[in-house]
Amino acid sequence: MNNSLLRKIRIVVSLIFFITTTFLLIDIYGTLSPSISNKIIFLQFVPSVLKFITIFSVTAVGFLIILVVTVLFGRVYCSTICPLGVFQDVVNWISGKIKRRNKRRFDFLREQKLLRNVLLAIPIVVFLFGSTLAINLLDPYSIYGRFSGNFFRPILVRANNLTAFIFESFKLYMVYPYSLKVFNLIPFIITVLFFVLVATMAWKKGRLYCNTVCPVGTLLGYISKISLFKIIINQEECLSCDICANECKSSCIDCDNKTIDMSRCVVCFNCIPSCPTEGITYSISYGKKILKDNTSAEQKRIDISKREFLSKTTLYFLSLSTLAAQVQKKIIVTKPSTKPIFRKSAVSPPGSTGVEKFNGKCTACHLCVSSCPTQVLQPSFLEYGFLGILQPRMDNTTGFCNFECKICGDVCPTGAILPSELEKKKLTQIGKAKFVKDNCVVQTQKTDCGACSEHCPTKAVHMIPFEGTLVIPEVRDDYCIGCGACEYACPTKPYKAIYVEGSRWHQVAKKNVELKKQEAVNTKEDFPF
Amino acid sequence: MDRRNFLKTGLLAGASLTVPGVYGNYFTKSSKAMTANYDLIAIKNGEPEVMFDKGIEQLGGMKAFVKKNQKVLIKPNIGWDVSPERGGNTNPKLVKRIIEHCYEAGAKEVFVFDHTCDDWRRSYSNSGIEKAVKNAGGKIVSGDTENYYQSVSVKDGKVLTKAKVHELVLDSDVIINVPILKSHSSTRLTVAMKNMMGVVWDRGYWHRSDLHQCIADYGTFSKKPTLNVVDAYYVMKQNGPRGVSIDDVALMKSQIISTDMVASDAAAAKLFGLEPDSILYIKIAGSMGVGKKDLSTLNIKRIIL
Repeated sequence: MNNSLLRKIRIVVSLIFFITTTFLLIDIYGTLSPSISNKIIFLQFVPSVLKFITIFSVTAVGFLIILVVTVLFGRVYCSTICPLGVFQDVVNWISGKIKRRNKRRFDFLREQKLLRNVLLAIPIVVFLFGSTLAINLLDPYSIYGRFSGNFFRPILVRANNLTAFIFESFKLYMVYPYSLKVFNLIPFIITVLFFVLVATMAWKKGRLYCNTVCPVGTLLGYISKISLFKIIINQEECLSCDICANECKSSCIDCDNKTIDMSRCVVCFNCIPSCPTEGITYSISYGKKILKDNTSAEQKRIDISKREFLSKTTLYFLSLSTLAAQVQKKIIVTKPSTKPIFRKSAVSPPGSTGVEKFNGKCTACHLCVSSCPTQVLQPSFLEYGFLGILQPRMDNTTGFCNFECKICGDVCPTGAILPSELEKKKLTQIGKAKFVKDNCVVQTQKTDCGACSEHCPTKAVHMIPFEGTLVIPEVRDDYCIGCGACEYACPTKPYKAIYVEGSRWHQVAKKNVELKKQEAVNTKEDFPF
Repeated sequence: MDRRNFLKTGLLAGASLTVPGVYGNYFTKSSKAMTANYDLIAIKNGEPEVMFDKGIEQLGGMKAFVKKNQKVLIKPNIGWDVSPERGGNTNPKLVKRIIEHCYEAGAKEVFVFDHTCDDWRRSYSNSGIEKAVKNAGGKIVSGDTENYYQSVSVKDGKVLTKAKVHELVLDSDVIINVPILKSHSSTRLTVAMKNMMGVVWDRGYWHRSDLHQCIADYGTFSKKPTLNVVDAYYVMKQNGPRGVSIDDVALMKSQIISTDMVASDAAAAKLFGLEPDSILYIKIAGSMGVGKKDLSTLNIKRIIL
């Protein structure tokens, strides 16, 4: 195969994945159905692993395919499928356009082996202790999901609203404005920090992030060392001219020693067409002599400090999580007023089976956040505690869970929110409404209100006789599914008179049995007036 | 601010160009007085669209309300993400038929919107109304973002003196209010006056500041519905306004048409089995002169198909 063609194919494929994935993560129109979105996200490595662990099904074998592809062809995942990887290429491409004069772009860099291994071990160890915190912070797909949600989605919203405004001024109602109902400052800041880190590294050093920080890069790097196809430098042809090394965004070509560090190579094929002697090929590696670097003696020494480092980090994370659990209890959910509300537990989305399970599965990619039509799903800060940082929670001040909707479970790529039948979802009790009579309009102002009961889809919140002709809400726990419609609709300010307390473990609500069947009316009868 | 100014200038410019458009309401009212002798039409035992055909005929046809080249706003209830037979939203067949009548009468444009309670896209779609509007050639508009809503003052309001209403309310020559009759956990009953709550942005204010008074207050607002068509085909008798299941719904196959919101509400209350005076906002609106709640003083045409 023509060697520069390989590069072109790589670029085309990566853009297809990049554009579709990005669109999915910013889509404010709900364009793509969950079945399509599942196909697009299917190959994302970390979500797929987590989903496989949870549901053990063929719908979650994407990561196995990636492993096989890596064994055969190297880190194709990193250069084409991973949206964060392609994002870095885009950033680096822009930086290349800007500083065009400076032609020497990359140089061989030594591998940061200890750092890579530590950053691979931490997420695994923390996960074994039952938390996805470290995965959530380091999974490239999820990081990119947050970039999209926090930066690209608002850009789309602005562009959409500008178009809508222009159309509207001509009295054309074809494009509807969209409003992002809430801005979550802390999750935004955390995402900005990551953005700055990844973008700066990409701007200056290409795929340095992938090859020092990213645990998926490190893991696939181990496999790509033994991959069938490899980028190979032909020892006889090579002039050690450094041209390929200058093209290598992974900085993994050591021209002096005529070696390529395959653990860092993302098979981008940029080096191949650059070689003046056509001395670089992408071909089957077995049976060919490849020079290896010899660092094994030193490596063993490092291993000991590595182990120590690992155990200390684990301890550090564990202690943080207990600290956070204490902080969590003190969070005041709403602003001060007559009777403040203290929510003991945030509410996790239906299908997550419970707060604890959710916290241990979600990587905070925010695909559900962008898919949720009511925007009730919002990134959290400490509402779940430190371990649940950035994970979406039901924010009933922003919206409420639409009774007939279950899209979050349908799109979730990690299995943190499992898909369920609509009828089952409608009985899934994710929390229970708590009525705070002293804040209620009916009690404080002696006027009718009932906004909570009006919105309640199961009539768990119903109105019972109060003073005079007034009626006041009452919550029937058994029927409550915790959708938060009551809390959202409650008009009292600044504290709500009704709110949802999250369930650590989701329960099954009872069907409202107090219904009596209404019969058809005799329509031949005279009018009552 | 820019936007508001822009809109105002736009309105003025539009007004100067199409004088009949702005004074349309005035002409409508005078011509209506000539043709319509009935204060209220009550129809029974037919399909929603058939009942409307028969009813509007008694009022001199839609041309008595909609003049050539006028802009019409139809305000159904599309509050909930439920299917038509659940009786949570206005019947799509009725909405479609009304739009067709408007175009036959020469309407230039017919707009439809509601400020929904459930997610607006899902409510528009699952209520069947979005499709019905499109099939009839009308334009369905979002009511979901605050920038559509303009501040107005409600001069005769006692509690509700200001509100932000959808620009289509201000822009349209004719407003046709098409509520569905339902039980309601806050106000006991929702019909025409309560349905107009869906053209304002901040409903929370109404809820926390004497709901009944606010509903009546909004009834005094200068941009009143020209016509009210109460859909009482599927009637949610309990668990309203959202409903829990199909069991909440009684098939009543009825319709009420009137230019008077209070009269519509009073008649609908009777149909539902409640005394109009037991609904506080009807009582207040009657005493504030929003309309006539005493059905015995009205000239009513009753049709049983």
